[in-house]
Amino acid sequence: MSLVTQENPIAGVAVPAEYAAGPREFFSLMKPRVMSLVILTALAGILIAPGHVHPVIGFASLLAISIGAGAAGALNMWWDADIDVLMARTRLRAVPSGMIPAGEALYFGVTLAFLAVLTLAAAANFQSAALLAFTIFFYVVIYTMWLKRLTPQNIVIGGAAGALPPVVGCAAVSGSVTLDSLWLFAIIFVWTPPHFWALALVKSRDYERAGVPMMPNAKGAARTRLEILIYSLLLAPLGVAPWLVGMAGALYAAASIVLGAMLLWLAARVYLTRDGANANKVCMQLFGFTILYLFVLFGLLVFERGFGLFARWGL
Amino acid sequence: MNALPRIDRTLTPGQMRNLKLRNLAIGLAVGFLAVLFYVITIVKVGPGVFQPMP
Repeated sequence: MSLVTQENPIAGVAVPAEYAAGPREFFSLMKPRVMSLVILTALAGILIAPGHVHPVIGFASLLAISIGAGAAGALNMWWDADIDVLMARTRLRAVPSGMIPAGEALYFGVTLAFLAVLTLAAAANFQSAALLAFTIFFYVVIYTMWLKRLTPQNIVIGGAAGALPPVVGCAAVSGSVTLDSLWLFAIIFVWTPPHFWALALVKSRDYERAGVPMMPNAKGAARTRLEILIYSLLLAPLGVAPWLVGMAGALYAAASIVLGAMLLWLAARVYLTRDGANANKVCMQLFGFTILYLFVLFGLLVFERGFGLFARWGL
Repeated sequence: MNALPRIDRTLTPGQMRNLKLRNLAIGLAVGFLAVLFYVITIVKVGPGVFQPMP
């Protein structure tokens, strides 16, 4: 391996002079952590759908939806390379760090998007494939290219793209958008603002430097804390809804009530703890907890449905 | 017609390794897709696809 380094024209950091990107770097373009959440939420959508799905078709659909999410992530990194390089959190990503040329990220994302939509159309149906194509379009064009740099409501509206995977999963099985899948959509949609704004409160200087109008640097920290609390007040009861409408069982009910109460407690702490060393710590606690919240709720939904506990014991 | 100028480029061992890994990953992905589409076809059409036409 060459030890010669060169100055990266974008990031201003030294990178290996050789072409450094292997499969691992390309995989990182797909935002694997976001993909893991998409896999879980789409699987929940598949399992709550009315009707039976062959395991192969279910697997292929889930794979297509997650690759579609990865494609959207790669296209996001292609477009956002100029602002990612300005933020500490994102400057080491494959494109801004110079590991992968932006053009290759674009080709990679477009190829994956086509393959994902084509695979879903072949494995499941055209309705779900069209929904997946719309999801990718919404995330890349509506959120990344348009809203992200335009309005502090960027992640509120853009959150619809992240909330669609369970709807796509359900459509892959049933061929339509069901009310149950819309409940799951609503949970993720309302979950998105407190999740991102808790992080944005801590990283507001980063966003300001990059010129991204996130809520804390556009409307102020106080307004952001209030909105986090309001969205959390909406999310806590909404999280219980799958049990109330008969979609989930007792395990889910207990977890959603307990986690909802914890969410409200943390959101209240973020609202009240405005200054001092503790303020950022509390925000990061809420940020971490929101991830746990969604993983546990959808994990339990998958567990109850996937293992037949809901049908067998009426849990 | 004039021939294009020849570009000599020697890859470093690191570049070569990454190139091979990328080619391998693309090959595996294409192979996996072929198998996946084959299995999807069998599942959707059913085992009758193997029966001879009457």
